[in-house]
Amino acid sequence: MAIVDLTFNSRLPMQVVPPDWPGNNYWWHWLFFTVVLIAFVLMMVMGAIYIERRGLGRMQSRLGPNRTGPFGLLQPVADAVKVLLKENIVPDSADKVVHWLAPVVAFAPVVMIFAVVPFQNGALLADLNIGILYIVAISSVSTVGVFMAGWSSGNKYSLLGAMRNMAAVVSYELPLVLSIVGVVLAAGSLSLNQIVLTQNIPFILLQPLGFLIFFAAACAEINRSPFDLMEADSEIVAGFHTEYSGMKFAMFYLVEYAEAIAMSAIITTLFLGGWRGPWLPPWLWFIIKTLIVFFVMVWTRTTLPRVRIDQLMALAWKFLLPLALINLFITAIQVLVWPQALPWLAVIINIAVMFVLVIIWSRLFRLGWGRVEV
Amino acid sequence: MKFERFGAGIIKGMTVTIRHLLRHPTVNQYPEQRLNVSRRIRGNELVWSRARCTGCATCAKACPQGAIELVTAANPANNKYEVETYRVDTGYCIQCGLCVEACPFDALFMGYSYERAKYKRGEVIQTNDELLESAERPASGYYHPEIAEKLPAQTLLVERITEKRQKK
Amino acid sequence: MTTEQLMTLKTEPFVVNIGPVHPSTHGVYRMRVTLDGEVVLDIEPVFGYLHRGIEKLAEERTYTGFIPLTDRLDYMSAMSNNLGYCLAVEKLAGIKVPERAEYLRVIIAELQRIANHCIAVGAMLNDAGAFFTPFLYLFREREKIYDLFEMLCGQRLTYNYMRIGGVGQDIPAEFLPALAKFIQKIRRFISEYEFFLKQNEILLARAKGVGVLPKELAINCGISGPVARASGIKWDLRKADPYSIYDRFEFDIPTGENGDCYDRYRVRIEEMTQSLRIIEQASKQIPGGPIRADVPHLIRPPAGEVYAHIEAPKGELGFYIVSDNSIAPYRCHVRPTSLINLAALRQMVRGWKVADLIIIFGSIDITMGEVDR
Repeated sequence: MAIVDLTFNSRLPMQVVPPDWPGNNYWWHWLFFTVVLIAFVLMMVMGAIYIERRGLGRMQSRLGPNRTGPFGLLQPVADAVKVLLKENIVPDSADKVVHWLAPVVAFAPVVMIFAVVPFQNGALLADLNIGILYIVAISSVSTVGVFMAGWSSGNKYSLLGAMRNMAAVVSYELPLVLSIVGVVLAAGSLSLNQIVLTQNIPFILLQPLGFLIFFAAACAEINRSPFDLMEADSEIVAGFHTEYSGMKFAMFYLVEYAEAIAMSAIITTLFLGGWRGPWLPPWLWFIIKTLIVFFVMVWTRTTLPRVRIDQLMALAWKFLLPLALINLFITAIQVLVWPQALPWLAVIINIAVMFVLVIIWSRLFRLGWGRVEV
Repeated sequence: MKFERFGAGIIKGMTVTIRHLLRHPTVNQYPEQRLNVSRRIRGNELVWSRARCTGCATCAKACPQGAIELVTAANPANNKYEVETYRVDTGYCIQCGLCVEACPFDALFMGYSYERAKYKRGEVIQTNDELLESAERPASGYYHPEIAEKLPAQTLLVERITEKRQKK
Repeated sequence: MTTEQLMTLKTEPFVVNIGPVHPSTHGVYRMRVTLDGEVVLDIEPVFGYLHRGIEKLAEERTYTGFIPLTDRLDYMSAMSNNLGYCLAVEKLAGIKVPERAEYLRVIIAELQRIANHCIAVGAMLNDAGAFFTPFLYLFREREKIYDLFEMLCGQRLTYNYMRIGGVGQDIPAEFLPALAKFIQKIRRFISEYEFFLKQNEILLARAKGVGVLPKELAINCGISGPVARASGIKWDLRKADPYSIYDRFEFDIPTGENGDCYDRYRVRIEEMTQSLRIIEQASKQIPGGPIRADVPHLIRPPAGEVYAHIEAPKGELGFYIVSDNSIAPYRCHVRPTSLINLAALRQMVRGWKVADLIIIFGSIDITMGEVDR
């Protein structure tokens, strides 16, 4: 069967535009987009830092920073300048090369994620037809960077923090990928540009359970609250970046926010309809939706306390993974047998299924161990 | 530990937080806006009145820290026995106000201002005329109701910040 | 490998120092924790970093001059310390406090209880990881209480307001209207706060069933205050051994059932509501009259010894004073609530993980000023 028959939205209303801007030569396109991507990531990270600090402040009934520049807009710039001027301390027992290389290995993949994210129809660096698979593969490489950081610090507490981080990331990869597969089934293609084009109804409505699982797994992958035990005054240690100072620390800080923006961008593309929207330029819609998803991440950070490490693992393996499998199963059945003409009924049924599953499943599993007899 | 209530508690928490986004923050931008402190504030420094002080040293006896030093001597110039040195070590002072309470002649006042930090350690010990009341060192109404009436009313958080909420 | 084989892997416990300077300890408190992986096997507390010799200083200050120093014992709830000390000296010297002063003392002690529980709950949630949000919400309410206290005595933390034989100064005219407005606002705030956090699943998962203090252990260790009440012991000095005029007011004593961290949190929130009841009743019945008995500044109580205790927000705060008819006490000993409540920490914590250690420690609510004096 043609791939078109297997999707929910079988007719592509818009033609796929191959990436070739500004025209005639691929090298111009490549150069332009490289510059745009790097600038975009840096600008969005600064915007993200600003939104987080002001948003966190307003939700805690105080103002955020408002002295540097009008409305505190230059605060990220001030942070960057401060961090650049700090002394670069490397501990004596550290592994020098690995210590130097770790922030680079952690940061580079994050920018590479944006190579396949569409800003507009055809406006992406490379329209890979395995787009989402590329993203999943690349985002795991930055975990290696984190582990290198923990190992090379020569500090057993950093190693502990880095190993906890690795364990959490590996556990949350599975629900993440399974919820992506649900979206891929509904769209019929792995290429991100095609996924956006097939979203006549945004997939957040067609795959509500997938969205929740992806959101939770994404927050856990990037170490944001409520899963941030690796960094926020983590009881004994300060995590894997204890021994870092100066620009290398800034790189890790940047990695955290850049990954948050990257995950927001992926959520926007997969679930919210990417750059689609009426009467504003498409790339502006993309940026607005990304920032809205990031704001929801800030909102959960403000509200929720942290979970413990064993509760984190229990949530991944006992709650999110089975739900992701069931979601996949139901999506597959719907793709096979659901008639093309009634997508809105599928929306209602999927939302009902989500509520039923979450309610039933949450009664069945136990979140973490209790007391151990000593 | 079961995952009770399937996420409803989290949703409720998030609604509370998002409501705070729309409320007026409980913030005072300090150097531009200054709140009125209490009329009875026990501010940084002690204010002394040379005219009323008789050198009885009740304040020095009442001070738990021993921060007040008082020397009286005969002054042959105008044939009076008067206070020669009245020295307060503001560094030792814990601003408890027991001296103000103890003075039988109402000659001591607590300071009203709270922004009187010094740059040099030597300036913390104040003697004689440095302790008199002046424009930079107003007196507060602690144990002096006649002064308290004239001071501006205190800004209260319960009245100043109103939450934008519908009345039930 | 099977699970049984994995469980018998040889692991070696190691000792970790949760040092005196740390973002989540409530003051300068050091613990040497023996860990086996993540599980806490044993803790050894080391304190004394904040010892200032307050009990020795009492022998050199006069009775009235010691009141500012009692402020600095448990600096989060200073009015209660003042009250305890003044009650002890009044009991020793046989001084009768006038009615208006008694009512004022009750109102202020209950306001202080609310303020203290604000910090206790906020700090515990901060340790649980909620990034300052509940802490800042509660601090807003504590600011309102600071304003009320500042109106009375001019300071926000070290009040020095109670005197032997009454209170320091009379309340200004705007105190009671401001108090009424505050009660109204904080009632609404507490209900919003409950909505925010009472059923939060992550808080339930972190705090329910964690750090259980069994009832017998609590009684044997001499635990008092909200920690003991959360373990099911219905003991409150305001009802069991009423001091001042608490027997004229109507209030309940909230107790918990399990003695875990969640119950301690609930007990504190309920106690805030009960304190509001007492304040409302007292502010309606407050009579006129003098606010201080006729007591000299340099008081000389008759020789003897006395022990007086009050229900401070953290537990039973007691003052034991030995006097030899001079202007300064011969010996003044403070029964430190926080130190005695800390005695059960080791039993509560064994077998839990490091993250639980922090939240259990936060839920006992100690202030190092009282532990070390």
